[in-house]
Amino acid sequence: MAIKGSIVVDTERCKGCGVCLGACPNQVIALSKNVNGKGYNYAEPIKDECIGCASCAMVCPDGVITVYKTKL
Amino acid sequence: MAKELKLMKGNEAIAEAAIRSGCDGYFGYPITPQSEVMEYLMLEKPWEKTGMVVLQAESETSSINMVYGGAGAGKKVMTSSSSPGISLMQEGMTYLAGAELPCLVVNVVRGGPGLGTIQPSQADYFQATKGGGHGDYQLYVLAPASVQEMYDFVFDAWEIAFKYRNPVMILSDGAIGQVMEKLYVGDYVPRWTDEQIHKIAPWATFGKPASRDHNIITSLELDSAKQELHNQKLQAKYREMERNEVRFEEINCEDAEYLFVAYGSSARIAQKAIQLGREKGIKVGLLRPITLFPFPTKKLAELSKKVKGMLSVEMSAGQMVMDVKLATEGRCKVEHYGRFGGMIPTPHEVLEALEEKIIKG
Amino acid sequence: MVFNQDIIKPENLVYKRTNVLTDAVMHYCPGCGHGTIHRVIAEVIEEMGIQDKAICIAPVGCSVLAYNYFNVDSQGAAHGRAPAIATAIQRLYPDNHVFTYQGDGDLAAIGTAETIHACNRGENIVIIFVNNGIYGMTGGQMAPTTLIGMKTATTPYGRSVELNGYPLQITELLAELPGTYYVTRQSVHTPAAVRKAKKAIRQAFENQKGKKGTSFVELVSNCNSGWKMTPVAANKWMEENMFPKYPVGDIKVNGEKVSK
Repeated sequence: MAIKGSIVVDTERCKGCGVCLGACPNQVIALSKNVNGKGYNYAEPIKDECIGCASCAMVCPDGVITVYKTKL
Repeated sequence: MAKELKLMKGNEAIAEAAIRSGCDGYFGYPITPQSEVMEYLMLEKPWEKTGMVVLQAESETSSINMVYGGAGAGKKVMTSSSSPGISLMQEGMTYLAGAELPCLVVNVVRGGPGLGTIQPSQADYFQATKGGGHGDYQLYVLAPASVQEMYDFVFDAWEIAFKYRNPVMILSDGAIGQVMEKLYVGDYVPRWTDEQIHKIAPWATFGKPASRDHNIITSLELDSAKQELHNQKLQAKYREMERNEVRFEEINCEDAEYLFVAYGSSARIAQKAIQLGREKGIKVGLLRPITLFPFPTKKLAELSKKVKGMLSVEMSAGQMVMDVKLATEGRCKVEHYGRFGGMIPTPHEVLEALEEKIIKG
Repeated sequence: MVFNQDIIKPENLVYKRTNVLTDAVMHYCPGCGHGTIHRVIAEVIEEMGIQDKAICIAPVGCSVLAYNYFNVDSQGAAHGRAPAIATAIQRLYPDNHVFTYQGDGDLAAIGTAETIHACNRGENIVIIFVNNGIYGMTGGQMAPTTLIGMKTATTPYGRSVELNGYPLQITELLAELPGTYYVTRQSVHTPAAVRKAKKAIRQAFENQKGKKGTSFVELVSNCNSGWKMTPVAANKWMEENMFPKYPVGDIKVNGEKVSK
C-alpha cells in the first residue's frame, strides 16, 4: 500500500517566502517562474512525490497550502 | 427609592456610589488625596455583595488600561486618582476616547505642577476639558461641589458614558474629597447581566458568538480618510453633548449686577462671598457650571447681557476664565481671581477681588 | 498513474487553514513567523472549541493589526499595556480565554511593568511573546532582546554592552515569579518546531481552562526584513545566533522550574 498526497497552493495569497521548500521531505515544491498579482513568485508542486505529510502547510506563514492524502 | 442618611468623606461617597450604582470593576493606584476611594472599597469587599471586581494596579498607567479592557468588554468600570496620577493616565484616556469606550475616571485634584502639593486645587481644568492627551477629543466632565454630588454624579456618569460611548470624568478636588458631609444614599442598582450587556453594548468584546462577526476595539485607523471620518463622528458626538447635556446651577442670578463664575469647592466659597456681598448691598450672584465640558456657554452669554461684570473664581492661575471670556465675547468685564498651589481662597478675599477687579476696576 | 484530481477530494483532506483566522491577507513580510504563530494559536482555539470565549489583546508593533486576523473578539492595546487590559477582562469574565500577543519591544521594554505585575499576580491569562530581537514595525531598531554585536538601525555598529546594556532574558526572569504556572520558549521555523509550539500553546490554554495562573509562551522568531536576510537564511541565522542566547524548551511546568 502506498500513501499518495497532493497540495493545493492558494497562489494569489502566497508571498513566495520559500520556507515550505525546505520543509518538504521530498523536494516536491519550488517557486514558480511566474508571479501572482502581488508580484511574488509563488510556491507550486513540481513533482508527484508528495506524501501528504503537511510539513509545508505547517510552516507556511500565510496558511496558503491545503493538503490531501489518500492510501492506494 | 428608599433613602438612607450617612456621614461620609467625598472620596468614600465615590466608592459607596460605585458599589450601589452597579459598577463592575474598580482599578486604581493609591495617591493622596484620593486614596480613601480604594481603601473604602477594599474594606467593603463589594465582590462578596455585588460581584464587583476591585484591584490595586501597579501604576496609574496600568489602572487606566485595565479600565480600557473592562470598558471594551462592555462593563461599567472606573478608576480614580489625583493630578500626577491623572497625568500618567493621559495615554489611556486618549485611547479610551479614540476607541469610544464608556468609563468613569475620578480626579481629586491637588496642587501642581509636578509633584506639587497634596492640598486642593483646580489647576487640572485645562487637562480635563481640553482633551488632556494627544488628538482631538473630549471627556464629559462633571464638577461636584458637595459630598452628595460626589455620590450622585457616579450614577449620572454611567448614563452619559454609555449613552455617548465616551469616557466621563468627575473633576473634584482635595477639599471635596476629604471633607465629611451628610448625604443620602439610595437603593442598590444591580450589576448588568451578560444578556443586558450584550444588548446595551453589542460592540463589546465579551466573546464572539457564531451568530456575529468578531468585535474589535481599537483607536487605530491607518487610512487617513477613514480616520478623518472617525474624527468627524467624534466631533458630532461632542456637539450633541453641547446641545443636550449642559448642566449648571444659578444662585441669586435674578437681580444680579455682578456674577461669580465658579465650580466645585470655589463655588462653595463664592456662595459665602455672595452672602457677605449682599450684606454690603452688592447685588452679586453665582453661575456654577456643573458640567465643565460641555460648558454652559449659552447661559453665560445670556447673563453677560444682564450683568456689569463677572469674576471667575478658581483655585488655579486662571483657566476656566478663558472659557468665560469666550462665552461672554466682551459684552461684560471678565476677570479671574484665584489662589493656587494648594491654597484655598477665603470668602472675604473673593469679595474683595470682586470689588477691586470688577466693581472699581 | 494517479492523478491529482483523484486525491484532491474532501474525504482526503488532511490540512487546511483554520476558520479561526479571518480571510484577510496578513500584512506581514514574506516568511515572517508572525503568520505561522497566528495560525498555530488559531488552530488551538479551534481544536479546543473556545472561539466564542477567546479574547485577543493585540499589541503595538508589527502585530498591531493581529485583531484583523484572529476571528475572535479583540482589543488593540496601547504600547506595552496588553497584560493590564487582559487582567481586567479576565477578572471580569473569569470563564473566558483572554490572551495577549506581544512583541519584544512591547512586552520587554515599554510594557515591562505590566508584564511583570500581571505574571506576579498570577493572572489567569495566556501571554504569547514573539521575540525576534528587533523592532520590526518602526524599521529595525534595537529591541531589549537584540543580541550583543547585532546591527540594527539604532545600533549601526552592533549592540555594545557599554552603550546599550545586555539582551534581556525576560522569560527566564518571569519564570522566577510565583504567579507564573507555565513558562516555555518555542519556535516555528520547522515542521517539528511548529508541532512543539502548538503543543505548548495548547498547554497554555488548557492551564487557563483549569484556572492555574499565568501561562507564558515565548516564540523565538525571525525578522528577515529587519535582519536584512532572505526568510530561509533568517531562520538559519536564528538557529545559530538566537537559540544560544534564547534556548528553546520548557522553563517552568506546572508551577515548577524545569531542572536543566
